[in-house]
Amino acid sequence: MSDTKTKNKKTAKGGRRTLVTGVIGSDTHIVGNRILSMALEDAGYTVVTLGALTPADEFIKAAIETAADAILVSSLYGQGELDCRGFRELCIEAGIDDILLYAGGNLVVGKQPWPEVEKRFLDMGFDRAFPPGTRTDEVLDFLKRDFRARDEGLRKAEP
Amino acid sequence: MSGDAALLIDFGSTYTKLRAVDLADARIMGSGQGPSTVTSDVTEGLTAALGDLERQIGALPRFKHRLASSSAAGGLGMVTVGLVRELTAEAARQAALGAGAKLVGAFAYKLTAGDVKAISALAPDILLLAGGTDGGNDEVIQHNAGRLADSTLACPVVVAGNRQAADAVAAILADAGKEARVTENVMPEFGRLNIEPARAAIRRVFIERIVHAKGIDKAAALFDAVLMPTPAAVLDGARLLADGHGGRPGLGPLVVVDVGGATTDVHSVTEGKPSAEAVVLHGLPEPYVKRTVEGDLGMRHNARAIVEAAGAEALAADGAPAPERIEALLARAAAEPGWLPDDDEGHAFDRALARAAVRLAVRRHAGTLETVYTTTGPVTVQRGKDLGAVGTLIGTGGPLAHADDPAAVLETALASPAEPLSLRPRAPKMLLDGEYILFACGLLGSVAPDAALTLGLRHLHPVGAGDTEERRRGATQDA
Repeated sequence: MSDTKTKNKKTAKGGRRTLVTGVIGSDTHIVGNRILSMALEDAGYTVVTLGALTPADEFIKAAIETAADAILVSSLYGQGELDCRGFRELCIEAGIDDILLYAGGNLVVGKQPWPEVEKRFLDMGFDRAFPPGTRTDEVLDFLKRDFRARDEGLRKAEP
Repeated sequence: MSGDAALLIDFGSTYTKLRAVDLADARIMGSGQGPSTVTSDVTEGLTAALGDLERQIGALPRFKHRLASSSAAGGLGMVTVGLVRELTAEAARQAALGAGAKLVGAFAYKLTAGDVKAISALAPDILLLAGGTDGGNDEVIQHNAGRLADSTLACPVVVAGNRQAADAVAAILADAGKEARVTENVMPEFGRLNIEPARAAIRRVFIERIVHAKGIDKAAALFDAVLMPTPAAVLDGARLLADGHGGRPGLGPLVVVDVGGATTDVHSVTEGKPSAEAVVLHGLPEPYVKRTVEGDLGMRHNARAIVEAAGAEALAADGAPAPERIEALLARAAAEPGWLPDDDEGHAFDRALARAAVRLAVRRHAGTLETVYTTTGPVTVQRGKDLGAVGTLIGTGGPLAHADDPAAVLETALASPAEPLSLRPRAPKMLLDGEYILFACGLLGSVAPDAALTLGLRHLHPVGAGDTEERRRGATQDA
């Protein structure tokens, strides 16, 4: 089932990958997300930009309609952990079980050690989490490697 | 009179209505009315209406244009199918409503066997099949085409989904002997509505197939063409009046409220962008020309539903007869859809019903504001269209045209301080379509837009005399 889906997607798109970006929850910090979206477009991706104040389910609905290959969630206001809880479960519920999921920004409140924060997001089902100050090149590099890994039937590239 | 004249015909569900228009003067010469005889032979009603017209204006001229719209025989029944309910399924719904359809069912995601059975039972005249942005999901629309191919559904299918899947979808349907017409995607990319091509495709199918299927072409010798469903003619008329033509300005952004026996339609012609600053727009972009149909707000067939939606106590407070009298009046309204009240109680009942129908229908059509509290302070989010700055509000339909005080009914459409989050028109000029000219305006606009524009501007009459203070007070009391 999911095999045919993937196959359909690739032939239909002729290789151009679609990414969904947006700022989750009651968060209005749009600048970083916009810069990221522009960089992704420059890199040749089709980018569906949902902008600020986007509820989790809208990311997923957009991903279904556009047959997106990845969802990149930004959160800058410290409530990201709450907003992102259950995100993977929503994807599974919606039938896009193993879509590539990234999260990035000021994901939690206060000074918490990054490895702990990252682990929490990975445990929630995100494939990658990015700390504040991540360069867009870094995200682009991970996307490239992860998509290559997926073409080879892996879940994602080795860290 | 210079000679050139046009005949505009509305094959309605109750009446066959005619408007004869002098094209040089852009003026109504006369009107005629006959019964609706679509179920037997449409020619009878039209002949009767022509006879009525002849009695008014004498020997009929040779009409240069004889154009018709139709809402007879159940109107243009449509079912829409899309993928995500809020996205392509919603875009498909908007396209069907904009085409003047009577939406009998709206489906989303993968159709189940039960869904397909339900669709067959709804027996639509046209099915609009969407799903996926261009290059997006192409699996669900093919699945749904397969389901429809296996069904007993006989109606034409307009395909307006992911263009990468369009050929495959058309082949699946054609192989099963279904008629499929492919047009542009209703949502070619995420968040962009593109409903005009689908509207045009629906209209073509209507002209080529549905007019015949409904038997309206039996009277083909008496007219040139049935161009569109009547609600589409009203919508086209509204658009022409708003936008103007050939450099002549129209009325600018406007809202039309069409109160009927079975439904209340609201049409808005405006971008509907936020009129206040620092408001964040949320949700799907709204069509510039938008039509909503409130199937539960009709003055006769659905009078009970209006009472339920508004509340009998609230209606009584608004001048309707006491709740214990309402039951008898409702029974009469349901039993006699053509009932025109002739006593004070009946008038008061109708007035309160119409006020409630207009208020609820425009409230549902208009966008809303919501305050979202973020860590950086409150943010105002708008969903739907902001009608606040709309300059003109037009009332049409029998209950408004026949109302003793149409302004008192129309003003319930206005913004109210009691509901600051409902983005309804704040202080529009109110016009009444007392001569039922909007459909004629839309039909004539397709061949003589300049004359149609003049016709509309001339025959819509101001009501309420711009006494905004009085109107505001009325709106406040009503809420």
